[in-house]
Amino acid sequence: MNTPTNLKYSKTDEWVNVDGNIATIGISDYAQDQLSDIVFVEIVVAVGDTVKPGDTLASLESVKAAADVNCPVSGKVVEINEALAQTPEVVNSDPYGKAWMVKVELANTSELETLMDASSYEKYCAERSH
Amino acid sequence: MFIPHTDPERAEMLQAIGVESLEELFKDVPEAYRYPKLNLPPALSEMEAMAQVTSLSQANEHARELICFLGAGAYNHYIPAAVDMLLRRGEFYTAYTPYQPEISQGTLQAIFEYQSLITALTGMDISNASHYDGATATAEAGVMAYHYFRGKRNKILIPPSVNPQYRATLKTYLAGYESLNIVGDEAEVDPLSTPDYLLNQLDNNTALVIVQYPDFFGRIFDYTALAKAVHEVGALVAVVVNPLSLGLLKPPGQFGADIVVGEGQPLGIPLSFGGPYLGIFATRSEYAHKISGRLVGETVDVAGNRGYVLTLTAREQHIKREKATSNICTNQGLMALASAIYLSLLGKSGLRKVAELCYQKAHYAAEEIGAIPGYSLCVNAPFFHEFVVCCPRDVAEVNEHLLEHGILGGYDLGRDYHSLKNHMLIAVTEMNTREEIDLLCEALQEVSHD
Amino acid sequence: MTEPTIYELSSPGRLGVRYPDPDVPLTPLPTEFVRDSLPLPELSEPDVIRHFTRLSTFNYNVDKGLYPLGSCTMKYNPKVNEEAARLPGFALTHPLQPEETVQGNLALMYELQEWLKEISGFAGVSLQPAAGAQGEFTGVMIIRAYHKARGDTKRTKILIPDSAHGTNPATSAMSGYQVVNLPTDSNGNVDLNALKNVLDDQIAGLMLTNPNTLGLFDVNVVEVNRMVHEAGGLVYGDGANLNALLGITRPGDLGFDIMHFNLHKTFSTPHGGGGPGSGPVAVAKHLVDFLPGPIVDIIEEGTEEEPPLYGFCMPSKSIGRVKSFFGHFGMMVRAYVYISMHGPEGLRNIAEHAVLNANYLLARLRNTYKIPYDRICMHEFVAEGRWEDAPGIRALDIAKRLIDYDFHPPTNYFPLIVHEALMIEPTETENKQTLDRFAEALIKIAQEAHQSPELLKEAPHNTPVRRLDEVKAAKELVLCCWIPEN
Repeated sequence: MNTPTNLKYSKTDEWVNVDGNIATIGISDYAQDQLSDIVFVEIVVAVGDTVKPGDTLASLESVKAAADVNCPVSGKVVEINEALAQTPEVVNSDPYGKAWMVKVELANTSELETLMDASSYEKYCAERSH
Repeated sequence: MFIPHTDPERAEMLQAIGVESLEELFKDVPEAYRYPKLNLPPALSEMEAMAQVTSLSQANEHARELICFLGAGAYNHYIPAAVDMLLRRGEFYTAYTPYQPEISQGTLQAIFEYQSLITALTGMDISNASHYDGATATAEAGVMAYHYFRGKRNKILIPPSVNPQYRATLKTYLAGYESLNIVGDEAEVDPLSTPDYLLNQLDNNTALVIVQYPDFFGRIFDYTALAKAVHEVGALVAVVVNPLSLGLLKPPGQFGADIVVGEGQPLGIPLSFGGPYLGIFATRSEYAHKISGRLVGETVDVAGNRGYVLTLTAREQHIKREKATSNICTNQGLMALASAIYLSLLGKSGLRKVAELCYQKAHYAAEEIGAIPGYSLCVNAPFFHEFVVCCPRDVAEVNEHLLEHGILGGYDLGRDYHSLKNHMLIAVTEMNTREEIDLLCEALQEVSHD
Repeated sequence: MTEPTIYELSSPGRLGVRYPDPDVPLTPLPTEFVRDSLPLPELSEPDVIRHFTRLSTFNYNVDKGLYPLGSCTMKYNPKVNEEAARLPGFALTHPLQPEETVQGNLALMYELQEWLKEISGFAGVSLQPAAGAQGEFTGVMIIRAYHKARGDTKRTKILIPDSAHGTNPATSAMSGYQVVNLPTDSNGNVDLNALKNVLDDQIAGLMLTNPNTLGLFDVNVVEVNRMVHEAGGLVYGDGANLNALLGITRPGDLGFDIMHFNLHKTFSTPHGGGGPGSGPVAVAKHLVDFLPGPIVDIIEEGTEEEPPLYGFCMPSKSIGRVKSFFGHFGMMVRAYVYISMHGPEGLRNIAEHAVLNANYLLARLRNTYKIPYDRICMHEFVAEGRWEDAPGIRALDIAKRLIDYDFHPPTNYFPLIVHEALMIEPTETENKQTLDRFAEALIKIAQEAHQSPELLKEAPHNTPVRRLDEVKAAKELVLCCWIPEN
């Protein structure tokens, strides 16, 4: 399992990469592995939408499972990855790169403190793998 | 009969389980409620049971003894013998949903072909494996549109010229979505309005407009302009069809339908007192992930051979659970098979021929009935095989008289529309001969005088 | 082994059925509405018969062998049912005929309503719902209408045990309710403490399957129902597993308020390759006015010489109509014949032997497969399809290998609370020899899983197609055959 140390992670398996006041959001390697082959990605927010923690950002479907991508932060959507609809498989092959989903302009940076760092997230995943 | 156990076998099995008696297996059931005395008639042999239902069936009069001019959503068509011969194959009717594709290719390919035939007929890109009937397929169109707009658009427009039972079902299905309004069919709207009256009710809050083609009164309208206006406000159009009419008529895909639903019963399914029938549901490929119900897709096996599987299953209730938009599990498998066989047998020219026969005979009947003093055709629009006749007397009385002549008269529209008292909806199919139509006219003539 | 599609078999100019020419003077066609092309295939009758006959041979089915699909009750479908449903007096009646011309149909429906009430211990039945899932939807909409009619608008949540079928939560959401999950205790019953903690005045009801999807009769069922009632909620019983209870106990007596039947499971109407089903709904006395309609009632009592006059009526506070007409009448005829051939003792026999067969298989497999909730089961049980010392083997592999032994696999991956679940429901119509062969096959497969796992991984070996690429199917979506332009 790949868990880059420069990212923050949520309990629902999203990763957040903060650059200035812009948070880029996707799903973790652990999550894509659990879902197996992703066949459908639908981003359900649009540029300009205001989002808060817990809001649904995207819906994912694999052959055997379905999952929502939840927003870990609050703010305003500034960019979405439209290419994903055509290439859902990159969620499996490149979850931290090409499979970024939404960029949010942060409204409240203190929310980031509630997220896990890479080592706590790895521990959290290991606990669930029984 | 159906339980094969002999006494020694039963004893051996109980011993293997480690219990003394069958009763011991039910110790978890609260004793106070165990073994109720059921007040049911004693068991009949197969011979007696068959005699009993035969006698019940003979207490009915049916559409082959009577001359049938009744339609209104269920139609008396000829079903070629080959259809039922194939449906009676245990390989089809005693199988279940094709969960194990390697041993269900028969069902899967048949559904795949059903989906193909429905797309060909409707002019749409994709079809699902079917819903329960025309009414629930219409309701599912409403559910799909509501979710497509994520609940942000709260209006569904539907005119009174859509089958009353479909409108009622739609309302039941959507009753849980408290913010949603279904408008357009209020009691004060003239049921015979043309669809243009919907135009001024369209707005940015409209999710879906549902129209019928031919409509409940048999009329054919060109919905091109309506569809264009609906799309301009960003909403979807669903068209309820009689699939058999599409043997002759332009498919709704050509005038901008986003969803086509309909009752598949005319395609080789017996009247059977209202069911089981077949719910057709077709749409454009961009909505593939938004539709409910089973879908069969083509793929290959590990050896590279073509095969079929249930696909996009992550949309469905067994995976999405409370996030699924519909709870449907099964489709109407055997009925979809019946219609696929029917369409394969009739094919390109046969279906056109049946549709034309319906059209021609219905127009002859309308012409003749319109000429009877006291009767008039009150609709001035092109129609397919059903039309509205204004009668000189209460429809129930007219029908009573027709029944005395062995004729099953048309549908009493006053049952659903208070402004259409004395209006009868007459359906004519390929089954009605000229002689029968003439007989109908004679009998109608008798009720006109007095 | 593959079969060309109906379009690939098509040859321009062929015809499968000929119709007579019009016997009436012709009216011009409405040219502006006439389609330019009708891309349907063209085949002769023998072409069509052979195509679908060949396809049928690719199917496994109950007429061929054991179909132990848990929660689906794949029992034998008596042939007399098929004859009965096709009697012209049934098959050729129009649903909108005057009621006096269909008294036979109405009498049959009325009696079936009465029998289902008697079997289940409820006060009212509507035969309208088309399938189990629609019966569930009907039941939850009745719960909703009941609370609404009392002016109780706080109740926005439905409780659902974690072992429940996916339709339960989907139904609740469809009906506008929030779903609250309820855990199962270590014996496989509803966890009473957890239930106590979540019950409040926001709970509209509980959806409970009993026997549950583990095949176990919930020993606390009466207490569970009492607790929900005390909190002001209603209890919906999922009747999917009624086969185990026929003549054994009545859900209405146990305190359930609503239940649906699956005529296609319990009452032997065929599954048809995935429908049509039939899902009548029964309710207790306080809910009869909410049933969907129309339903059949006696309009005029009969006399010694004359049968009663039957007619349709709409319950006064009905949730409305859930489909066209009155339900799947053809399925009602089949269920009617089935019940009339069994009588009270025969029905109890069904449940007893369904439960005997399941427990016998459980006894034969207990030492080979792990049984996570191991006690006397009802009509089905759940085993785990995995072993710690056979790494990589999953329930799916066992299921596929069973196909090589000419059995239909059990349900797998359900219920969700068991890892690698294999849910086995033999039904009462299987004889001991078949059960023995099935148990031996599963025991042999367990050995293979340890000694030659590739036999499982590569299975099935002798089917018309091998394991199929589901990822390709979902990604490269091909949902219809190639259709010619004209």
